[in-house]
Amino acid sequence: MEDLIAVGVTVVLLVVAYFFGVIGEKKHYSSIRAREAELSGILIFNEKMPPALYAGHEFALVSGSVVMSSDYFRQMIAALKKLFGGRLTSFESMMDRGRREAILRMKEEAVRIGAKVIFNVRLETCMLTKNQGGGGQQGLACAELFAYGTALRARDLPQRKSA
Amino acid sequence: MKTENILLSNIEYLQGYAITKHLGLVQGSTVRAKHIGRDLMAGLKNIVGGELACYTELLNESRQEAIDRMSSQARAVGANAVINVRFSTANIAAGAAEILAYGTAVVLERKV
Repeated sequence: MEDLIAVGVTVVLLVVAYFFGVIGEKKHYSSIRAREAELSGILIFNEKMPPALYAGHEFALVSGSVVMSSDYFRQMIAALKKLFGGRLTSFESMMDRGRREAILRMKEEAVRIGAKVIFNVRLETCMLTKNQGGGGQQGLACAELFAYGTALRARDLPQRKSA
Repeated sequence: MKTENILLSNIEYLQGYAITKHLGLVQGSTVRAKHIGRDLMAGLKNIVGGELACYTELLNESRQEAIDRMSSQARAVGANAVINVRFSTANIAAGAAEILAYGTAVVLERKV
């Protein structure tokens, strides 16, 4: 009986995770696409050196970060998939969404200070999952995606808009 | 805010500015535990996936603190800017992460 309950709880969790995960992902992707279109005017480069055109512009460090996690269902699928190797699509989507979100947040910060370009953009990833004292299932499957760069703004623009 | 007068950039050479003085490396770091109270909520959110907003917030706060500490160190050595800023994150113990910000403290003067 107890086993049955345990199995039942797991199945319910998996189903809930699956549906909410899919809905959440769809919502997130449509929000990402909309904001990407909106912020396409902000140019970002991973060039180290801004061209001479930007000489003497005001600069500021801008950054965006997000901690993303994958849902329970996909974590389960990924765990099974790991036996065979190959693409772990569930984690691919998580990282893709996270990275695009981090870049968008960085762009939003640039917009707040009135900058139109960001140079020397760097992307960093930090896995927050660390097995704490063995145990494969411990810790959350999540990663921090972080983007940062130097935003440049012409001097004659009006002072920074209120955030 | 106290960091307002320190300029920050992750570019090492800014055109249109002259570096009149190099003041060496400055750094700021903070160690935060990820699992204080917020762990439960994050664990629940982890079932359905998506952004773990409480962790995002925690890491942003920590990063801001690292930047603040770096800036105050820069101010202490008489700099007005920190260039070539880098970040690094390390898991130093179970459930705790160190966030480090470091860069070169300089005195910048605008040429154009």
